[in-house]
Amino acid sequence: MRFFKLMVGVVCALAIGVPALPAPAADPVKVGAVLSLTGGASSLGDPELKTLEMMVDQTNKAGGLLGRPVELVHYDDGSEPGKANVLAKRLIEDDKVDMLIGGTTTGASMAMYPLVERAQVPFISLAGALVIVEPVKRWMFKPAHHDRMVGQRVMLDMKARGYTSIAMLSDTSGFGQSARKEMLNVAQKVGVTVAVDETFNPKDTDVTTQLAKIKNAPGVQALFVVTFGQGAVVVTKNIAQLGIELPHYETSGVATREYIRLAGPAAEGVRLPAPVLMVAADLPDSDPLKKLSVDYVREYESRYKTDVSSFGAYARDAWHIWVNAVTLAKSVDKAKVRDFIENTTGLPGTSGMINMSPQDHLGLDISALKIVTVRNGKFAIAD
Amino acid sequence: MTHHPDQSLPGSRQSSILGSILGRSDARRTGAGRVVGLAALAAVVALLPLLLPNAFYFDVAIRIAILAVNGIALNLLMGYTGQISLGHAGFFGLGAYGSAVLTTHFGWTPLPALLAAAGLTAVIAWGVARVILRLRGHYLAMATLGLGIIISIVLGNEAAWTGGPDGMPVDGFSLFGLTLSGERQWYWVFGGLLIGTVVLAQNLIDSPAGRALQALHGSETAASVAGIDVGRRKIAVFVLSATVSAMLGSLSAHYSGYINPGIAGFLQSVELVIIVVLGGMASIYGSIFGAVVMGLLPQILAGYEGWDSVLFGVILVVTMIFLPRGVVPSLATRLRSARLAGKGGAAC
Repeated sequence: MRFFKLMVGVVCALAIGVPALPAPAADPVKVGAVLSLTGGASSLGDPELKTLEMMVDQTNKAGGLLGRPVELVHYDDGSEPGKANVLAKRLIEDDKVDMLIGGTTTGASMAMYPLVERAQVPFISLAGALVIVEPVKRWMFKPAHHDRMVGQRVMLDMKARGYTSIAMLSDTSGFGQSARKEMLNVAQKVGVTVAVDETFNPKDTDVTTQLAKIKNAPGVQALFVVTFGQGAVVVTKNIAQLGIELPHYETSGVATREYIRLAGPAAEGVRLPAPVLMVAADLPDSDPLKKLSVDYVREYESRYKTDVSSFGAYARDAWHIWVNAVTLAKSVDKAKVRDFIENTTGLPGTSGMINMSPQDHLGLDISALKIVTVRNGKFAIAD
Repeated sequence: MTHHPDQSLPGSRQSSILGSILGRSDARRTGAGRVVGLAALAAVVALLPLLLPNAFYFDVAIRIAILAVNGIALNLLMGYTGQISLGHAGFFGLGAYGSAVLTTHFGWTPLPALLAAAGLTAVIAWGVARVILRLRGHYLAMATLGLGIIISIVLGNEAAWTGGPDGMPVDGFSLFGLTLSGERQWYWVFGGLLIGTVVLAQNLIDSPAGRALQALHGSETAASVAGIDVGRRKIAVFVLSATVSAMLGSLSAHYSGYINPGIAGFLQSVELVIIVVLGGMASIYGSIFGAVVMGLLPQILAGYEGWDSVLFGVILVVTMIFLPRGVVPSLATRLRSARLAGKGGAAC
């Protein structure tokens, strides 16, 4: 018995001691992330975290950053912006991170920003709304197309296909309302009339009332649903149930295979603008974005045995923007890294070529948003 | 009918209505206990900064103080008067948004904005209380629940004023040209506020008005027979409780620099109820204890997504089963009866 205990002790000591031996002497570079891992936006936050963990592993396997290992500290805001504010404070003050990624949602990102500005930490938001980068905020950047670009892309496609009178159904979340405002502006500029403008609560399990109104409205040629996550699935299924034949557009917020899986056959034919990532395999080999997108998809899917989504890809791009800036700055000094992030040029990402400037903390143009459609249960380049 | 403070039946504190009304609660003994308790609280508030390593921990302490003051305000209504409110975060939100909107859109300075927001909340609470405090039990719970939800929906939908679901930024708190900045300065504001609230609440409870509230908790009929204007008392404590929450909401909005409709939401109201029930109905220090637990747990469990909700549920169930009067009153009773038993043994 005593021998057994001794053996257990030895094994434990080895288990604890052995991995500690080759630990590098340098302090780790700390990256802080506040993500929505539970609650309404969890389908966005989950792939973001998985991607960041994969990025950290890859970076550390390749010898770390500036010869130092990289450590990820992450917290869940439960899809509540108020919590994100507290957690950002914790990351900045207690964990003393060198940079911040996150704010899965626009609300969370905006809640974190006052602290970020006070503490002067480079901050890359993963959320969608225009307000994150316009007006430009000195310490905040974003790798994902914002809602105005998404709106422009959709409206241009509608115009090209001859739809000038449309119905819009937006959710009442922060994303939905901010996007709705942008879409209405864009529609006016492009020359598309929003004849019916309905809203729904993203937690609703039935939206047939609003959809019935849209179905019965005269002269409507297309339907644009402005939402993300579970809300989009409910709407898509309801549209099929009511037999609405209108061309159905969604935002890039549903560019996940989970959407197709949950909505099932109802999702067939839905059109949406998506980052190149979702259709990377269909791109010509000459496209500079193809290889990195295909690589990311392969690595992510082989590691997690689950489908990629554009949200994880935003986290990937955020990571590369930061690593690129740190490498150029040869330091993790917060002010220097911020300057180099602001001057990111010609960096290929899964959403397009990134070219930032002091006036543009997004650095993407509309050309990298592809209109895709759901065909045989898969995203494919439309037309 | 004599007063048995050591009886462990639920609600026994309020059970001797006549005793309370006649002021026969052993005031001198509780008076001494009050000073000791208050001195201990003041000492903790004063010495805590020595132990807090950085601004994040100050922030946690401040958030605990906010929860505690809110919990005490709700406890006056729920614990002492027996009127349940499932919408109390709504008043907190009204104060916060009142201050935010008046300072941001109308250029008011923070102090008048705070007072105006508190006054407005008091008027709303008064108007609502006149109607809903006629209800009892489940009906009152439903009415307050609805009230809280309506407030958070209005805050979420009036995007032109409140920024909608994304919330809005709030400027810092400044008074006579001085601006409060940083967690360390705010710590003293909220620490002082907590001590002030405890003093106020204890004075109220031991005043004739407070005894009237406890009497009507025991039995409204008996209380009105004894000459208490039950309706007026209930409205008064509801308005007081709502106003304290509103002022606290204003301050915490200036402190955190950002608010969103979630602060007025149903889950926040439930959190306040948990603080009161967990710490102990009709126990001031119980509310502080509840606030400490509810303030610390999410931070301790921050690394385990989703588990904090599970643990909250477990804590609530375990408390309801084993300590139905709340942690602080139950333990205090046990301690006291153990001491009495010890004394009895010595006498034998």
